[in-house]
Amino acid sequence: MSEDQNPAPEGQANPEQPAKKSRLRKWSRRAFIGAGAVAGGGLVLGVGGVILAPNRLKYLPAGAVDGDGQLNTWIRITPDNLVTAQIPHCEMGQGALTGLGMLLAEELDADWSLVEIRQAPAEDVYANGYIIHAFLGEVGFTPPAWLFRAMDFTAFKMADIFGIMTTGGSTSTRGTGAFGMRLAGASARAMLLEAGAERFGVPIEELTTSSSRVVHAASGQSATYGELAAAASALDLPRRPTLKSREQYQLVGTSQPRADIPSKVVGQAQYGIDVVVPDMLYAAIMRAPIPGGQLTSVDQAPALTVAGVTQVVVLPDAVAVVANGYWQAQQGLNALSPQFTDAGVGGVDSDAIHAMHVSALDAEPMEATLEGARTVSAEYRVPYLHHATMEPMCATARMAEGRLDVWCGTQDPLSTRGVAADAAEFEPESVTIHNQQLGGGFGRRLPGTYDYVEQAVHVARAVSPRPVKLIWSREEDMRHGYYRPCVHSRFRAALDARGRPLLWGNRFTGGFGDGSAATPHYAAEETDVQAVELPVHLRTGAWRSVAASQHGFFVESFVDELASAAGRDPFEYRRELLEEEPRHRAVLERAAEMADWGTRPPDGRARGIAMVESFGSIVAQVAEVGLDESGGIRVYRVDAAVDCGLVVNPQQAEAQIQGGVVFGLSAALFHEISVRDGAVVQRNFPDYDMVRLANAPWVNVSFVDSGAAIGGLGEPG
Amino acid sequence: MVELTLNGAAIQLDAAPGTPLLWAIREQAGLTGTKFGCGIGACGACTVHVDGRAVRSCSVPVESAAGRAVTTIEGLAASPEALHPVQQAWIEHQVPQCGYCQSGMIMAIAAFLETNPAPTDDELAAAITNICRCGTYQRIRNAVQSLGAAVVEEVRNV
Repeated sequence: MSEDQNPAPEGQANPEQPAKKSRLRKWSRRAFIGAGAVAGGGLVLGVGGVILAPNRLKYLPAGAVDGDGQLNTWIRITPDNLVTAQIPHCEMGQGALTGLGMLLAEELDADWSLVEIRQAPAEDVYANGYIIHAFLGEVGFTPPAWLFRAMDFTAFKMADIFGIMTTGGSTSTRGTGAFGMRLAGASARAMLLEAGAERFGVPIEELTTSSSRVVHAASGQSATYGELAAAASALDLPRRPTLKSREQYQLVGTSQPRADIPSKVVGQAQYGIDVVVPDMLYAAIMRAPIPGGQLTSVDQAPALTVAGVTQVVVLPDAVAVVANGYWQAQQGLNALSPQFTDAGVGGVDSDAIHAMHVSALDAEPMEATLEGARTVSAEYRVPYLHHATMEPMCATARMAEGRLDVWCGTQDPLSTRGVAADAAEFEPESVTIHNQQLGGGFGRRLPGTYDYVEQAVHVARAVSPRPVKLIWSREEDMRHGYYRPCVHSRFRAALDARGRPLLWGNRFTGGFGDGSAATPHYAAEETDVQAVELPVHLRTGAWRSVAASQHGFFVESFVDELASAAGRDPFEYRRELLEEEPRHRAVLERAAEMADWGTRPPDGRARGIAMVESFGSIVAQVAEVGLDESGGIRVYRVDAAVDCGLVVNPQQAEAQIQGGVVFGLSAALFHEISVRDGAVVQRNFPDYDMVRLANAPWVNVSFVDSGAAIGGLGEPG
Repeated sequence: MVELTLNGAAIQLDAAPGTPLLWAIREQAGLTGTKFGCGIGACGACTVHVDGRAVRSCSVPVESAAGRAVTTIEGLAASPEALHPVQQAWIEHQVPQCGYCQSGMIMAIAAFLETNPAPTDDELAAAITNICRCGTYQRIRNAVQSLGAAVVEEVRNV
C-alpha cells in the first residue's frame, strides 16, 4: 500500500479555488478492484476505494475484501442464485438500465429472469469509465476512436476529464455497456467457472455455463451460481477476462421488456417531483426573465399575506416563495412584483439576433468558386429550441446537521453533487444525491445545467433544517432553458458537368463542436466547412442529437438543392456520392427499399429522403408528406433504416427511433424559442406546441447490421 | 375541507379553497402518480377521472370534486394483480419511455374507451390530445388497437 503516499496528480486542494476543488478531486481517488464475500456466502465484485491516484488501479488479493461494506459492487450473486447488477446510468426512458443489464447478464451467462437491476448511487467508483479503467487501465488500454465521437462538445469533454457519471450523448450502452458491464460479467463468470472446477474436481476447460449454472456435461454435474458464489468469492479476479464474440450472444439481440415499465403504468415510478420528505416545505421561484438579470427590489409583504406562505427567499437573481404547499407558494409568488435588471440586453429581440448571425457569416466569405463551374447557393437557419421535458425542473433539498441531501432527477448524479456542494459550501463527501427517475432529459439535465439544484440548495439553506421541494412552473421552465442554439448556415457548391460537387463550402454560426457534424459524407473534390464564432444571447446546451439535428437538416437540404440543380433523383444522387462510404450507402438503400422509392406515392403526397450520422450510428429516412385538410404540413409515414452496429434490445431500439422521429418533427413543425425585449417569449405548451397523436407519423424501423461497434440510439433517433 | 371519494375510499382533503385538484391529490392525499405538466390543462399529464369522466386536474379547483368519485392512476386497476386492460396493454406493447405523461395518457384513454370502445384513428386522435414528449404515439396506437380499436391500418397506409 505504498502508493498510499503518492500525491494525486492534479486537483488536490487549491485554496484559492475552492469552487473547483470538489470536481477536480474526483479522479484523485484510487481504487482497488476486487471481489469478496457477502454475509451468508455470496459473491460481490466491484471496487474498494481508497484515496490515491486514479491511473494506477490495483487488484486486491483474494479474500482481501470482507463484505460489500468496503466494496462498491457492480455485481452481487447471492446464495438464492439472484444476480444484482448496479448500473451507473440514469433511466430517462431510453431503456439504458435494461440494455446494460442485458450486456452484463450475457457475459455472465445469467438467467435473465434471475437478474435484478439497480441504478448505482452517486459515488465516484461508479463513474463512467471507472470499470474500464479498473480492468484495463493499467495495461495501457485505449478505447477506440468511435467512443470519443460522442465527446465532441463541452459536456463530453468534461466527462472525459472528470470521469463523471453522465447519461447523455448516447454513451450508456456504448461506453459503460460495451466496455464495463461486459467486463464485470465476464470476470464473475470466470470466477464461478473456477469455483465449479474445484468443486467437481474437473479441468475448467470441460465446464460450460448457461442460465446461471456451471455445468459439467461429461459427468452430469452442475451447480447454480448461487451455490458457487461463496467459493468464487475467495478466488483471485481474472485480469483480462475473455469476452464473448457476437456469434455467441443469446440474450443480447433479443427483445426484452424494460424493467422500469410496470411501475410506470400504475403511477408508482418515483420522479424527482414525487419525492416526499417528512416535514417538507414547497417553493416556487421566479428568476430574472432576461438572461444575466439581477434582482433589484421586491416587496415581500404581498406574498406573506397569502395563506400557507411561510417565507420569501431572496437570491441575487431570483425570488422564491416558500409555503406549506406548492400551490400556495406559487400564489404567493404571483402576488409579488419583483424588479430585475435587464443585464444591458433588454433591447434584444429575435430579429436582431438573426441579423447578427447574418453579419457574422458575411464577415467570413467562402472561397471564390471554380472558374466556369456551375454554382449552387443556399442559406438556412434554425431557431433556439427548448427541451421542454414533461417534468419541469425540480429538486428537493435538506440541509441539516452538517449534511446536505438532494433528491432530483439528473443525467449525472456525480456532477450534480458537485454543484450542490458548491452551493452549500460543503465538501462533496457531506452531500448525498438521491437520484430519481427523470421525466424526460433530452440534454436538459446534463452537466452544466443544474441551476434548479443550485436554487433548491439556496432555498434549503434559508429554511434549514426543514427540507424544501422547489418546483419550476412550466412558464419558468420554458423561459430558463439551456436552449439548442440558434444557427445560420450558408452553403455554396460548385458542380462538375455531371452535377457532382467539386467544391462544398459551408459557413455556419454558433452551435456546438468543431463542425464535424456539418461535414458531409458525400463525395466532394474539396470541402471547406467552418464554424463562425458568435456570442449567444440565451444560455445554450445539448439538445437531443446535439449538433446533428441542425446540421443534418442543413446538409441534407442542400444536397437536395444540388440534386435538383443536377437534374437528378435525390436518392440516386446521394447514392452515387456515397461510393466510398459503404455503411452509409447500405443504410440509404435500405430506407429507399422500405419506402418503395421510385414508385408513385399516394395522391397528394410526396417523398423525401435524408441521411444523418451521429454518435456512431447512421440513420436514413424517407418521409411521406402531404397537406392536411387545413393546409398544414402532415408527415404520414417515415421509413427509417438504422445502422447502430450491435442492437442490444431491438424493441427498445425501435422505440428510440420512433420517439426520435417525433421529437425532430415537433421541432420542424412547431418549435421556436424567440426573444423579445431580451427575454424568451414562449411561456407554455400553447405557444411551444408538440406533435400529438393527431399528427404523429407511422414510423417503420429497420436495422442494418454492418457488424460495426455499438452506436448510439437515443440521440440519432 | 373537501369531502370526496378517492379511489373508492371516502376522504377529506384539507386544501385551501381554489387549490387545483391536482395539488390536493398529490400533496394532501399523497398520491403522486398524477403529474404536473403545464398547470393550464394543455398537456394532460394530470388527467384523472371524476365520476368516470377524464378531467385535467390542474385546471379544476378541489371544491369541484366535492361529493364526487375521483379515480387516479393508482386506483384504476381493480387490484395490483388485475391491472386495467389499458395498463396491461401498455406493458405488453412496451409503451412508456420516460413515463411521466403516461399516467395521464392511460387515464384519458381508459375514459375515452368507455365511451367509444372501438374508435377510428381520427376519433382517437381527436379525443386524446395529451402530450408525450418521448413520442410514444405509435405504440399507444398499437396498444389501443390491441384492445379492439381499428385505428392503425388506415394510418399506416403501407
